[in-house]
Amino acid sequence: MPEKEVIIIGGGAAGLAAAVACQQKGIEDILIIERGDYLGGILNQCIHDGFGLEKFHTSLSGPEYAQKYINQVMDKKIPFLLNSMVVNLTPQKEVIVVNNNGLQHYRAKVVILAMGCRERTRGAIGIPGARPAGIYTAGVAQELINLKDYMVGEKIVILGSGDIGLIMARRLTLEGAEVITVAEKLPYSSGLPRNINQCLYDFDIPLLLNHTVVDIEGNGRLSRVTISQLGKRGGIIPGSKRKIVCDTLLLSVGLIPENELSREAGIVLDSITGGPQVDERGQTSVPGIFACGNVLQVHDIVDNVSLEAEYIVEGVTEYLEGKLTRGREIKIELGNGLRYVVPQTLYRLKDTIFSFRVNQPGGKKVLIFEDGKKVIKKKSFPRVNPAEMIRVKLFSRELEGIKTLKVKLVSL
Amino acid sequence: MKAINNYYDVVIIGGGVVGSAIARELSKYKVNVAVLEKEDDVGWGISCRNSGVVHAGFNNKPGTLMARLCVEGNKSFKELCKQLDVPYKKIGKLVIAKKKEEIKGLQKLKQQGDVNGVKNLQIIGFKEMKRLEPNIEGVAALYSSETAITSPYLLTIALAENALINGASFFLNAEVKSIARLNNSHFRIKTNKGEFTSSYVINSSGLYSDKIARMVGENKYRLYPCRGEYHILDKNVSWLISHLIYPVPQAGAGGLGVHLTPTIDGNILVGPSNEYIRKKDDLSTTSQIMKMLFTEAREFLPLISPGYIIRSYSGIRAKQAPSSEGGYWDFVIQESATIHNFINLIGIESPGLTAAQPIAKRVVEMINKKERLDYNPSFNPFRKGILRFDEQEEETKKSLIKEDPDYGEIVCRCEKVTKKEILEAANNPLGARSLVSIKYRTRAMMGRCQGGYCQTRIMEILRESFKLSPQEITLKGNNSYLLTGYRSNKENKLCQKKKLLSLEEELLV
Repeated sequence: MPEKEVIIIGGGAAGLAAAVACQQKGIEDILIIERGDYLGGILNQCIHDGFGLEKFHTSLSGPEYAQKYINQVMDKKIPFLLNSMVVNLTPQKEVIVVNNNGLQHYRAKVVILAMGCRERTRGAIGIPGARPAGIYTAGVAQELINLKDYMVGEKIVILGSGDIGLIMARRLTLEGAEVITVAEKLPYSSGLPRNINQCLYDFDIPLLLNHTVVDIEGNGRLSRVTISQLGKRGGIIPGSKRKIVCDTLLLSVGLIPENELSREAGIVLDSITGGPQVDERGQTSVPGIFACGNVLQVHDIVDNVSLEAEYIVEGVTEYLEGKLTRGREIKIELGNGLRYVVPQTLYRLKDTIFSFRVNQPGGKKVLIFEDGKKVIKKKSFPRVNPAEMIRVKLFSRELEGIKTLKVKLVSL
Repeated sequence: MKAINNYYDVVIIGGGVVGSAIARELSKYKVNVAVLEKEDDVGWGISCRNSGVVHAGFNNKPGTLMARLCVEGNKSFKELCKQLDVPYKKIGKLVIAKKKEEIKGLQKLKQQGDVNGVKNLQIIGFKEMKRLEPNIEGVAALYSSETAITSPYLLTIALAENALINGASFFLNAEVKSIARLNNSHFRIKTNKGEFTSSYVINSSGLYSDKIARMVGENKYRLYPCRGEYHILDKNVSWLISHLIYPVPQAGAGGLGVHLTPTIDGNILVGPSNEYIRKKDDLSTTSQIMKMLFTEAREFLPLISPGYIIRSYSGIRAKQAPSSEGGYWDFVIQESATIHNFINLIGIESPGLTAAQPIAKRVVEMINKKERLDYNPSFNPFRKGILRFDEQEEETKKSLIKEDPDYGEIVCRCEKVTKKEILEAANNPLGARSLVSIKYRTRAMMGRCQGGYCQTRIMEILRESFKLSPQEITLKGNNSYLLTGYRSNKENKLCQKKKLLSLEEELLV
């Protein structure tokens, strides 16, 4: 059985950044395993710009952003497999791969999970009605249009205002389709404000907040959808139903970290993030298996995916050198206003980057870290938005000596 | 006789599980058979939209055809599945009494089953029930060891494919428009795929068999569509139950009540509901019933959560009993009294899947009695399905990939379906070419991501294999096109208009 120091599952944004960072730290025996026929993953279908503002201080398209990392992988000759599906991962870090050359077992000292996420489907959110052709998740439509050069439809309704849905509203308009509306169930959009401006408002596409699709019609191809306004408690407001003639319904209703392999390996998952529970350097509940990028938590900006991947590699090197010893466990307690925190647990009180998402949009807020009654750190925000991940770094000197750690968000 | 164009000894209208079983049964004899199916593939009506249960036969009134043919079908089902390479698992069924008052209902069912000749029916107490199904709530249960599960669509496909290699002809997308009796006592059947002539017509058209009967002037049948909605649960929670879990049936209901069915593939089905509707093709799901299914299932299985649902769908029963009456009327399997050689199969609802083979035998006997058919000496009862890569041992997997590298390309991540399987499904002998046909044959797109990863890939495989234009790739035949064309061919009207506008604005400044 071939042995590798580090096996990275997934050659998208997270996997590539992790590979490059590992190489820079002097790890030589790396293998990236990618199921698609090219590196870069979903970035390849994201032909719009806005990537790399934080990381490279310039606005790149998805393929350009990916290429920066692919070039480094090529330059440094980091080995990778394409068209190769990892079908099984064991807690002993045995990785089983299927590709055209056969079925191969690998053993790794460290496995980095970088499988990304998938889109939530119609079935998962339970839209009633018929089941005709013409219902796509936004990412699938994006793949069909941008990578395969097809058109998915002519008159489009989009449900959900996630970023891919917004981007696709603009993309479809640019390709000559009519995007009738974007309906969002919540009273606020789940997409980034810049995307709402640049993809909807600049193209006069109405965003209907507090609206959802309540019926789908069509025998062969989709012919109509019914949308309805929702009341404060999420119930349908009587008399608000409207039928819209269209041939396509695009769903942008959320992303789910793709953790099938993690589950098989017995890794403990967080029910809110959908990703593994990790410690201060992205190590999961199975020693030697690390996670980064969208498989850990869904990010809104790819730059943060790369940063997260680079960040966890410090833990990877420590693990390989046998220096990663776990101290006392501190479970991070989540207070008001926050939906989740990553990492979920600290074993060592090193400089640590925490990622959060808030429950609701709001004005001036303060994020407070506490050990019992003692406030460790405060950070204020002029605005918070569930669409925007909050990242805060705590230094080891701030964490020194704590027994517990609680984080909460309070209004000013 | 053979001089007549498009002549078949027997024309079967409807390629459901029963029509396909009849075609296969007839292909054991020297008979020229055609099956006319209005959809793009076999089995897309009632046959693929049910719980996939091989019933033991205790639900039906003693003496009825339903009871007799169900018990008979149950006994021979395993052998049939073996011949046709169709999955079959005898997992047993528990009818749960939720409260003490319902135990009487269990006893009644057992008595009925005993009379019908069902083996091994047993009423078990709370303790034994909990031992068999620790997650199920109830006070007692009727345990039926003979109840099994199968894949209803794979069975239909297998019956049809086996009939096909034994000489039967299948015409897909052939909807019957009219039937006329000619002077020479032949039938002339007009379809949208041309005319057919035959000596016999078998009306096995499921929900529409009343309509087909009316085409020859038989107006006494009427079928009421009774819809049943289902949820499919993620394979992650298949551990919740290991038997079929049913409530005690309510008198006058159109179905057996909301039950939990482990499928042959490891999902759990929740449903079906029981709702008389107006249109026979209205396969919608409704928010009300989607919620209701859950509430009812929770009564047995409190651990169930809506987050486990990966898809919801519905099927429609062909009820002879009107909604005011409910319950079950017996299968009609008989030659028309007025039109000779026209055999009607009316109201083939549950347990029609279990009884498909005995129904077919009965129909063939009816013809055989009159015609004294000759055996087809080259009849081959065996048929091989598509080999499932994921179900093989590791060494087999390795040699499969060596033999054909397409086995090394996993197209559907959730269900681990390889490109080889997709290609085999796309090249199926019946000539069905849509995404749904591939889905039923391989399970690709049936997993928790519902095709998010593989649908594009499968569309490309279809397009390349059959040199289709984008518009010709369909979800389920007919008008279900998935793409409107190539991107570059689209006129970009909206945007051009906008550009002009903004230019003018700029000029003004």
